[in-house]
Amino acid sequence: MPGKLKVKIVAGRHLPVMDRASDLTDAFVEVKFGNTTFKTDVYLKSLNPQWNSEWFKFEVDDEDLQDEPLQITVLDHDTYSANDAIGKVYIDIDPLLYSEAATVISGWFPIYDTIHGIRGEINVVVKVDLFNDLNRFRQSSCGVKFFCTTSIPKCYRAVIIHGFVEELVVNEDPEYQWIDRIRTPRASNEARQRLISLMSGELQRKIGLKVLEMRGNAVVGYLQCFDLEGESGLVVRAIGTACTLDKLSSPAAFLPACNSPSKEMKESPLAHPPSHGCRSTHNSPIHTATGSRLTQNFSVSVPTLIYTGMGSGSAGKEGGPFKALLRQQTQSALEQRGGSPHRFCRRREFPFFTLTAFPPGFLVHVGGVVSARSVKLLDRIHNPDEPETRDAWWAEIRQEIKSHAKALGCHAVVGYSESTSICEEVCILSASGTAAVLNPRFLQDGTVEGCLEQRIEENLPAGCGFCHIPYDELNMPFPAHLTYCYNCRKQKVPDVLFTTIDLPTDATVVGKGCLIQARLCRLKKKAQAEANATAISNLLPFMEYEVHTQLMNKLKLKGMNALFGLRIQITVGENMLMGLASATAVYLAALPMPGGIQIAGKTPSDGSYEQHISHMQKKISDTIAKNKELYEINPPEISEEIIGSPIPEPKQRSRLLRSQSESSDEVTELDLSHGKKDAFVLEIDDTDAMEDVHSLLTDVPPPSGFYSCNTEIMPGINNWTSEIQMFTSVRVIRLSSLNLTNQALNKNFNDLCENLLKSLYFKLRSMIPCCLCHVNFTVSLPEDELIQVTVTAVAITFDKNQALQTTKTHIEKSLQRASTDNEELLQFPLELCSDSLPSHPFPPAKEHLESARSNSGIPAAQRAVTVEKASPMGEGNFRNRSAPPCANSTVGVVKMTPLSFIPGAKITKYLGIINMFFIRETTSLREEGGVSGFLHAFIAEVFAMVRAHVAALGGNAVVSYIMKQCVFMENPNKNQAQCLINVSGDAVIFVRESELEVISTQQPTANCQQSCAGGEVTT
Amino acid sequence: MTSELDIFVGNTTLIDEEVYRLWLDGYSVSDAVALRVRAGILEQTGATAAVLQSDTMDHYRTFHMLERLLHAPPKLLHQLVFQIPPSRQALLIERYYAFDEAFVREVLGKKLSKGTKKDLDDISAKTGITLKSCRRQFDNFKRVFKVVEEMRGSLADNIQQHFLFSDRLARDYAAIVFFANNRFETAKKKLQYLSFGDFAFCAELMIQNWTLGAVDSQVDDMDMDLDKEFLQDLKELKVLVADKDLLDLHKSLVCTALRGKLGVFSEMEANFKNLSRGLVNVAAKLTHNKDVRDLFVDLVEKFVEPCRSDHWPLGDVRLFLNQYSVTVHSLDGFRHQALWDRYMDTLRGCLLRLYHD
Repeated sequence: MPGKLKVKIVAGRHLPVMDRASDLTDAFVEVKFGNTTFKTDVYLKSLNPQWNSEWFKFEVDDEDLQDEPLQITVLDHDTYSANDAIGKVYIDIDPLLYSEAATVISGWFPIYDTIHGIRGEINVVVKVDLFNDLNRFRQSSCGVKFFCTTSIPKCYRAVIIHGFVEELVVNEDPEYQWIDRIRTPRASNEARQRLISLMSGELQRKIGLKVLEMRGNAVVGYLQCFDLEGESGLVVRAIGTACTLDKLSSPAAFLPACNSPSKEMKESPLAHPPSHGCRSTHNSPIHTATGSRLTQNFSVSVPTLIYTGMGSGSAGKEGGPFKALLRQQTQSALEQRGGSPHRFCRRREFPFFTLTAFPPGFLVHVGGVVSARSVKLLDRIHNPDEPETRDAWWAEIRQEIKSHAKALGCHAVVGYSESTSICEEVCILSASGTAAVLNPRFLQDGTVEGCLEQRIEENLPAGCGFCHIPYDELNMPFPAHLTYCYNCRKQKVPDVLFTTIDLPTDATVVGKGCLIQARLCRLKKKAQAEANATAISNLLPFMEYEVHTQLMNKLKLKGMNALFGLRIQITVGENMLMGLASATAVYLAALPMPGGIQIAGKTPSDGSYEQHISHMQKKISDTIAKNKELYEINPPEISEEIIGSPIPEPKQRSRLLRSQSESSDEVTELDLSHGKKDAFVLEIDDTDAMEDVHSLLTDVPPPSGFYSCNTEIMPGINNWTSEIQMFTSVRVIRLSSLNLTNQALNKNFNDLCENLLKSLYFKLRSMIPCCLCHVNFTVSLPEDELIQVTVTAVAITFDKNQALQTTKTHIEKSLQRASTDNEELLQFPLELCSDSLPSHPFPPAKEHLESARSNSGIPAAQRAVTVEKASPMGEGNFRNRSAPPCANSTVGVVKMTPLSFIPGAKITKYLGIINMFFIRETTSLREEGGVSGFLHAFIAEVFAMVRAHVAALGGNAVVSYIMKQCVFMENPNKNQAQCLINVSGDAVIFVRESELEVISTQQPTANCQQSCAGGEVTT
Repeated sequence: MTSELDIFVGNTTLIDEEVYRLWLDGYSVSDAVALRVRAGILEQTGATAAVLQSDTMDHYRTFHMLERLLHAPPKLLHQLVFQIPPSRQALLIERYYAFDEAFVREVLGKKLSKGTKKDLDDISAKTGITLKSCRRQFDNFKRVFKVVEEMRGSLADNIQQHFLFSDRLARDYAAIVFFANNRFETAKKKLQYLSFGDFAFCAELMIQNWTLGAVDSQVDDMDMDLDKEFLQDLKELKVLVADKDLLDLHKSLVCTALRGKLGVFSEMEANFKNLSRGLVNVAAKLTHNKDVRDLFVDLVEKFVEPCRSDHWPLGDVRLFLNQYSVTVHSLDGFRHQALWDRYMDTLRGCLLRLYHD
């Protein structure tokens, strides 16, 4: 009996009218946890009932505490007929289970109904009393912290980064159970919501157990996804990176905004005794996937590319990807055959990290992007307790990723993620990451194989070390063009670098970056089962290849040489496949300057054609020049003399074209001396290629004052102001079904994405100068002729004047960085390693930290109290002041952002993970404003529910917010639509930096006023 | 390729003031797009027509969703669905309840009933304001009326509290509600030269002095209805014109005081009895509802027009009215000094405001 959950129902407001006769409602509330239900009294005839209930107490196992959501149902009492449900609130009580997060959940929650949407609000208070657990064989993992953030959370320090954790649970989808034929849509939706909530809880608990087993205390970069497999069931799977985190106690001594000042006191460095780690081996939830089941299922392993520095220059590069492709195919096939099943059950066999940003010194080298896909046919999950098939599928893919990484001379994969695309019974599983060499000092012993030690140079040059190739120059896994690093001149670097991670903070970048997308559609015949899967797997390599080519072309066109945050999504539909790759292009100073793009025609020369070609060539060259100017790419010229001997002479390669070699003669006639490097040759021998070139040129740059990237921050901009606007935009287009061609399809898809971006720029024009960060596109094909694109991003304003200073020399830059990135240093003292704790907890650079110390005449408790006033409440005060008629406003502002930080503010506390799943359905689509009105309202409601939960936890922001799923289905003929949305993020408390300074320098009495002024910035 | 669905949802709800204005003005999406194009937005931003169309649609959808909340502004503040900064909330409310001068002049003093609502097409045709906008404005008047109708306390304060208006807008609405409740005639041709501001000014004076709330702040409907007892008492003032001696005395006192100070002295002297009779008779007639409604018509007919035809300058009118009401205190035979002041102070204010071309 290790926990007591206490719930109090305070009041309701804005309830809907349930009794037409009186225009009022007789509301009461059912509070359910597990199998126990309590009820409040009926509050007669009111739309704003005041229940003020007693404390309902549930005595439960902590296992249930982790799995079950608290379910609150508001009903209208009816004497003669059945009570009508008004709506529900699901509260995940997980944040109350770890000692450093929230202590109480208290606030107004929207009452949600899957048919009517939000119907009023209810005020609830929830508390948990946890007892000490004496059970040795416990199944719960209370106390393990979860973070969606894909870097070490601010205000924590990583002691050890243990590595990859994964888990999946399966169940039947209630929507497809026989009972669904007789129950109402509402009941069906609620069953689904509840089941998924339960499954996520269970999944999180199981992952937590694995973390404890690894002796970790937290999961960072936690990514949980649902696979709606239809008839064959429902899969909830999650991956993350297990870590041992230490709370940075030094700033916490004066840092504010803890709900209760006393809480600070009980925060010992680690929340649980270290003995937990060695426990649950005998009931380990890791599934031993036996390879045998694989044979029952149809499965196609798809050969995949290694995206690295190949592709620049003409010679051999064009053929390169294909060669590499074939090699990988055979290699992985071999490995699979050779791989014995027992490998799957070894712990931590996958040296994968879901992190995308790292402590300084963690990342030694980056090899390139590794990805793997496989096409599977779904069959019914017969036994939900044995999800081996899915486990085996993923294990297979991970194995492939691992072997790809090995081929690149890397022992680890960072920025790792997994995804699926399902259409009917076909499922594409994808995984990708960046092969890397890591500094073993950060990892737990034994994770890194010893043989790699020799690769790690002890004193890495700052800003370019990660670019140096990890693989053997003489035994390269693919043809690549290597040069000596343009920064340190000591090590070899590739000419182009693709990665899935964020730009390392110490990387030296020239100019600004930009968002690059490759978009691609391929028609496919409708087919059934295995024929379909075969067709898809045959198409995939071609798509990968073309996506890669497009990315490379666009990168060249921007005059840049590296991609970060690369994310390639392949979506399968009934009659087509879509590929969408997004990445942030930058110019890394360490890599060579990219060559231009050269166009070559294949058909024998005729005058007008040649003219056309040269015209196109001019256009391309102009675009490159323009882009260089736009993104301020003017790398310091390094004369060949300084470079000295280590740099090999630029080879005079014979230029081969993509298809046949006989065409090379013509090419020599063209001027290829664009820049110093060999040019990248584009052959336009058919209309397809022509289209490619055209589409290259039709991508319009964002209007002036706008930048965009899909990484956390924009390289080259570092003076963010505090205004942020997170948004989600969804578009669905219907293709005209008549004789669709690949070309027309590509154009439609391209236009869709471009128009969407244009719309965003237009909508957000009032924020100029601003940058769209973490732009995340998702494509789905809900029906035959429908394409749906969902974008979530955040627009952040920046100070233009300071932005101009970005073109500085590297030294100045690194100095600047040293002063601004103290925060990083604070979290990761460079001497950090697994066995030594930092010797001095206060790095000297934090002035205000020091001043706070010197100011410590004020007792700690008092300080905490004054600060509490300063945080979210301050905004409330401000509101009253600024708009006198709008008095007594109680809704606090909650910021949402897909980034892990809030510009101009400091995150002082992580309150827990937010992971919510909603279904909304309507049978009166027209009345709700059609599909757009329906979805617009639903997304707004989802945002509202996320904000309400965060506010109830005492937070004022969600960071690392992500909309993982937005499945929209419509049937306009029946006037119906349904949508499923899954979102997650980390609830936090942040304090404006301006407020922090005030707090540290002024007397507490002055704080309140000052922080009100600070609140002005917030709203 | 057709766009089936196209939405943009921000964590902070984006409000485009320009589009909001077009929406409030009752333009359809396509009209609004055309108007925005004409305003040169495409050139300024380099956007395409499709982008503009999508943006406009999106804003219209947002406004449509917000409209339900705007009907009860405190709900807008407490709702959780749209995160809107307080200054923007205030702007949304203020603009939604703003009205057109031309429109309010058409319905001011009319009963806010279904019948009037039916005439909105005519008003729309006459004023050039879209029917949609007319409906919104009319419904706003009616909504505010319904909410504050039965309330105690100051009319303007009640409105402000329940609709979160600025002071200015709350006072305007108080005037509209007051006029609608007392059904003052404002549409006659004679009154066409008067602006809403003129009437609102008078309404405020009347609410301050002539309603129940002016004497007792704990009565229902106190600010909405005129003080019936007061109106009954006004009959007593009749003696000022009925008693010939009193009238003569009054005239001579006023003339003595104003001799040499008034540019239009002779006209005043000649017209004194007519003017005084007019003003006192207006007071005496206020017992009948019908005559209350005609208050402004009577004031213009009996006082404003005669003075205007004699080309009184405004300064002279002021001097005259001051003297006219003050000298009554020197009339020994007259016992209703307080009543006179309550009547005449307000009336004097109104008349001065009404006296213009």
